[in-house]
Formats: sequence, C-alpha cells, structure tokens
Amino acid sequence: MKQKITDTLLQVATWLAAALTFGALFFLIAYILARGIPHIRPSLFALHYNTQNVSLLPALITTVLTVVLSLAVAVPLGLFTAIYLVEYAKRGNCLVALVRMTAETLSGIPSIVYGLFGMLFFVTWLGWGFSILAGTFTLAIMILPLILRTAEESLKAVPDAYREGAFGLGAGRLRTVFRIVLPAAAPGILAGVILAVGRIVGETAALIYTAGTVAQIPESLMASGRTLSVHMYALSSEGLYTGQAYATAVVLLVLVAGINTLSAALAKKIGEG
Amino acid sequence: MEKFRLSDVSLWYNDFKALKDITMDIAANEVTAFIGPSGCGKSTLLKSLNRMNDLVEGCRITGSIQLDGQDIYKDPNINGLRKRVGMVFQKPNPFPMSIYDNIAFGPRTHGVKSRLMLDDLVEKALRDAAVWEETKDRLKKSALSLSGGQQQRLCIARALAVEPQVLLMDEPTSALDPISTSKIEELVTQLKERYTIVIVTHNMQQATRISDKTAFFLLGELVEYGKTEQVFSLPRDKRCEDYITGRFG
Amino acid sequence: MREQSLRENLMKAVFLTSALISILTVALICLFLFANGIPAMGKIGFFRFLLGREWSPSDLPPAFGILPMMLGSLYVTAGSILIGVPIGIFTAVFLAKVCPKPLYRVLKPAVDLLAGIPSVVYGFFGLVTIVPMVRRMFGGNGSSILAASLLLGLMILPTIIGITESAIRAVPGELYDGAVALGASHERAVFRVLLPAAKSGILAAVVLGIGRAIGETMAVIMVAGNQARMPEGILKGVRTLTANIVLEMGYAAELHREALIATGVVLFVFILLINLLFSALRKEGRS
Repeated sequence: MKQKITDTLLQVATWLAAALTFGALFFLIAYILARGIPHIRPSLFALHYNTQNVSLLPALITTVLTVVLSLAVAVPLGLFTAIYLVEYAKRGNCLVALVRMTAETLSGIPSIVYGLFGMLFFVTWLGWGFSILAGTFTLAIMILPLILRTAEESLKAVPDAYREGAFGLGAGRLRTVFRIVLPAAAPGILAGVILAVGRIVGETAALIYTAGTVAQIPESLMASGRTLSVHMYALSSEGLYTGQAYATAVVLLVLVAGINTLSAALAKKIGEG
Repeated sequence: MEKFRLSDVSLWYNDFKALKDITMDIAANEVTAFIGPSGCGKSTLLKSLNRMNDLVEGCRITGSIQLDGQDIYKDPNINGLRKRVGMVFQKPNPFPMSIYDNIAFGPRTHGVKSRLMLDDLVEKALRDAAVWEETKDRLKKSALSLSGGQQQRLCIARALAVEPQVLLMDEPTSALDPISTSKIEELVTQLKERYTIVIVTHNMQQATRISDKTAFFLLGELVEYGKTEQVFSLPRDKRCEDYITGRFG
Repeated sequence: MREQSLRENLMKAVFLTSALISILTVALICLFLFANGIPAMGKIGFFRFLLGREWSPSDLPPAFGILPMMLGSLYVTAGSILIGVPIGIFTAVFLAKVCPKPLYRVLKPAVDLLAGIPSVVYGFFGLVTIVPMVRRMFGGNGSSILAASLLLGLMILPTIIGITESAIRAVPGELYDGAVALGASHERAVFRVLLPAAKSGILAAVVLGIGRAIGETMAVIMVAGNQARMPEGILKGVRTLTANIVLEMGYAAELHREALIATGVVLFVFILLINLLFSALRKEGRS
C-alpha cells in the first residue's frame, strides 16, 4: 500500500518534471515569437545601422563573417590535430595524452575567460585592437576542443579494415587518410562543426572585449563589429529598443532551430551509416 | 497436483504467432524442463508464466494460464504474481549494489522493513542457494565482485528471498563454466522439494539429469510432453526423436 | 616516388604542428591569465583579495575583495542546482523510461533546442518574465538570487537531462527485468535499481551542470541585479564572478583591471577543479 503511494508520487513527479521542462521551453519560444514577430519590419534589415532603424542586418552579416572565419581557423587546426592523434601518433605517445588533457581543460572554461584571454593576447599584446580578427581567433580557440573531440571520435570510429585495405593496395598513409578515412568520417566531423556554429552564434561574453560592439558592417578584419547575440545584449541592456530586442531574439531562435535541424539530419545519416 | 494449468495458450508478437494453442499442466514440486531448438517458443512460454511478456511491445496472448486455479491474466496484481513466481535469467543480472542489498531488494519491495527480519531472510536465501559460505564475510561488498557462477547463485538466492512458490529458470547455466553448472544443477534438485521449478535449457544432458518432466517445443507448438525418461528413451514423435538424437537443432 | 615521400613528410609535419599549436593555446591562456592576474593578487594581498568583503574599486584607497562575488556565484549556482537537478533527473527518467516513442521524437529535439538557445536570449527572457514575476510575488525589484537561480536552473536542464538520460540508457536492460521479476513495480525498478546503477553518470551530469552555472555570464547579468556587496537574501540582488568581469572591464584601468583579470583566474581555477572532478567521475563510470 505504502509502495503504491510512493509509486504514484514518483509517477506524478516524473510527468510534472517533464511538463515543467517542456512547458518552460514552449512558453519561452511562444513568448518571444508573440512579442517579436510584430516588430520584424523591413527597416530592421537596412544595410546601415542607425538609431532610427536599429537595423540588425549588419549584425547578421557580422555573425556570418565571424562563423566563417572562426571555422576557417579552428576546423583545419582541430581536424589536423585529430588526424595526427588517430592516424600518426604511436600508442603511448606522450603528445597524445597532452593534447587530450588540453582539450579536456579547454572544454569547460567559461566563455568570459576566453574573452579575457582574447583581450589580453590578441587585442592588447598583439595590438589588433577590438576587431573581427581578434574576435574570431578567440572564438576559434573556444570551439577548438569541440571540433577536436568530435573529429577524433569520428576518425576512431572508422574501421581499421578500411585502412588495411588501402595500405594493402599500396596507398601511402596520406592518401589513405584523405581518400578513405576522411570521407568515411565526414558526417561525424560535420556534426561537430555544426555544433560549433551553434556555439559561435550564441556567444556573447567572449566577444564583447575582443570584437567590440560597433553596430555597423565591419569595413575590414581589423574593424570592430557585433554579432547578433552581442547586438541583442546591447539592445536589451540599453533598455530603449525592447521591441527590436524581441525581434532579434526571434531571428536568433530561427537560426538556432535551423542549425539544430541540420545537425539532427546529419545525426540521422550517421545512424543509418 | 498441478501448479499451472495452461489451456489453448497462443501468443503473438505483432503479427507473428510465437505460441500455438499450448495446453499443458505443470506439476507442483517437480522440475519441468522446456527443450527445443532456438526460436521454438520455449522461453516465450516461460516468460508468459510470470507475465514478463507484458513488457514486450506488441505482445498479445489468448487462452488461459491458471496458477492454483486462478487465471493469472485476469488478476490485475501483476507484482503479486511475480512475487509468487520468481525468475532466474540466462545471464546473471545482479544489481550494482552490495550482496546484502541485492537479496534484500525483493523483501523490501514487498514491505519488509525490520532489520532483523531482513538479516534472517538474507541468510536463509543465501544458504538455500548454496552461496552463503562464500559470501557471509563480504555481504557489504558489491555483488559485481563475485564470479559468474556465484553471481548466478546470488540471483537464485535473490529470487528465493521473496519466498516464491514457483521458480522459472531461463537457461540459467548457459553463461557458466561446467563446475558452476553442476553446482546449480545440484541446487535445483534440492530446491524442488519446496518449489515448483520450470527450467528452459539447451542442454539435453541437463534436462535428463535434473528434470522430472520434459516438454519439447518446435515452431511454437508443444510437440511432446511427458516423463523425462519416456521422452528421452521412447519419444512418440519423430521430430522430437530427431532433435534429441542430435539430427537437427 | 621521391615527390610522394616528400609530400608525406610535409603533411605529417603539418599535422604535428597543428597538435602542437593546440597545446600551445592552453599554455598561452594559462600564461596570459596568470601573468596578468597573479601579480594583482600579490599587490592587493592574496587573502585580502579572496576573503575581502568589500569591492569598491573607485574608492580612495580602493578595496578589491571578491568574497561577495564568490559567494554570489556560489549561491546562484547552488540555487540553480537545487532547481535544475531534480527536474532534470525526473525529465531524463521520463524520456528514457516513460514517454511513448512518437512523443520522444518530438521531445528529444526540444531538449537539443533548449541547449542551443543563446544565453542572451535566456537572459532577455528572464528579464521580461522571471524578474517581474519575482517582483510581483515577493516584492523588491525582482532582480535577485532567486531570479538568477530560476533562470540558470532552466539553462542547465539540457546538460543534466542529456547526460542523465544516456547514463540511464546505458544500464543493461537485464537489471530492469530482474527487478520486475521480483515483483517490483515499474517505478521501484527505475528509481531503486536503474538510477542507482546510473549514479556515476548522473553525478557527472550534476558536476557539469555546476560548471555551466558558474561559468554563465550574460544571462546572469541580466537578472541578478549585480550589486557588489555581500549577499543579503535570496530576494536581494547579487553579483557573480563572471558578471564582475564583464560589467567593469569596459572602463577599468591599472590595478582595477588586473584585479578583474585575477577574478578570471579564480574562475578558471574553479572550473579546472570541476573538470578534474568530472573526468574522475567519468572514468569511474566506465570501469
């Protein structure tokens, strides 16, 4: 009898927790959409930002630019490191342990610490100033462990029989890696890259003191610029443009949903093999 | 005295008919062995006896299975049924907790709280399952530290601790070495004095060694059922003879 | 032939260089943070920095005690764990053991979405819904430890749910069957056998959740009030370590600036300890 009461309570708690979790998510999305969509106007997408139109287009363009540049730095670095670890390093190589420790250390660091480092190193020490370049390098370091880890896992998941088959045909190690192993590991690596895109799009703290907060389309890599997330933070902390902040939130949500859909589709593809 | 009375039991997994009109009685305080090639339905039938099949999605059963004259599929108290009808699985599945807590899990489930009573139940169950001597000094140690054979006897003890009337055993020795196997067989013959035992086995010798009755299944049908000596020495059905003489299976 | 082996060696060098650069970044991060932060601690006084109860950088003489912010981070994190962990674990049980498959196909992506929403969006949402709600229900101005805990509790849910769910799924199904065969109900089998069996995974989820909550910056800034004083109650505002850095870095100079970097060092060390704990737990889970 007592057990029955406990069971019922646990059952209720389980359903309640799920209802709370998904209710909160649903409420958040519905609230932002309801408040934000009415504020989406053509003027929000003007090419130049000014205090009249509060355009988010420059921030959107900066976001795309930041994503592309950060990936351009981090993906080769992370992928090549993973290739070294999986395909070249000998068993028990102390470098492997060191890189793994590195990735583990890097992966939990809060983004504001990356931001501090970026400010100290790229902005001040290298003298780049608040610039897209400093921002993207900071973000590249931030997403490096993610890329590295997913790439390493995908490479490891490729069966050794593939490699042996290629070696058996007289292919060199390099050819084996690029023609046989990488194509087989591609979906997993791509999934990691997409996750990284999501992190970049959502990042704020690491960018404020590296890329700065100028609201225009940056004229060069050495110019300051703000991504959508930074833009949204600026709008809501100024407190003058609540409507536009809602609209920006809608755009961010749509971006994130798109990125998630893409990665889910990829994950499905990996699952099917 | 029959413990179970099955009449016209059929079972479907979605569209696949896994058991076909099984009618049989299972006697109390005897060991009944279910034999037959893989996929013949013997494990499925065993799991129908304590309604473990209810956990399988798309599983449907018709006919009636009576335990002591009561249809078990009409009784809403499934957990009470499973208390009366214990089960030992193919692979030892001790919970990742101490030996003591493994055994005490069942009694606690059914409301036993008193430490003294639990202590008694644990010792008795472990003794009955012939694993007390090996475990009495390490009751607080993890059950996963035991060897495979000891783990299986622990699982038997765990089933006995809820004081069931019936013990269902689903190939209990298939994952064990010969020495552990013989210990468990010995245990089964001792336990039948107090329990009704139904055992699924792949091993013909095992069936002849420990069972009183043997049922041979093929493609979901009960082909032959009778006293073990008779089934193995003078099978009535050609297919059963072919199987036990090793011509297929 | 020679050309081929040249290319092989060249690329091998490229791969090795990449690995070295990856290691170098961590070394650089440590070097720059510590080189800029440690001297400040020395100048302020190690214990006066860590245990000082007053942070007033513009006073004469300035005071740089980060104890209020450490406690702020601690309280907000503890609050979010109190809220997020039970809800997260029960939701994970729901996903792994209760919810029907068609529903799961909708809810799983929903958890991923929860994880993907940028922290500014969370912060903004907290600012326009949670803060006014706390204000209406309990008075005060709403920006408070409570508001921050509620919001962070929501934000760490996907971390808790994701890791806990896979830990539960990793428990062999035989254990569930074994419990049920003893007459245990579904709930008892799940909560008394499966969850204990998954405990190291669940603990890892909690540790990672703590890490996320301590490190969260933008969302907390928008709802916590950010007063640099000793915490006075859960309905009062508070400032976290992360918020301290972002709020003042824009105009800080000299020792003030270094003190902020030292705040970052403290945060960094916290997270390193949590990481160590996390990987230790994961190793235990595997063995």
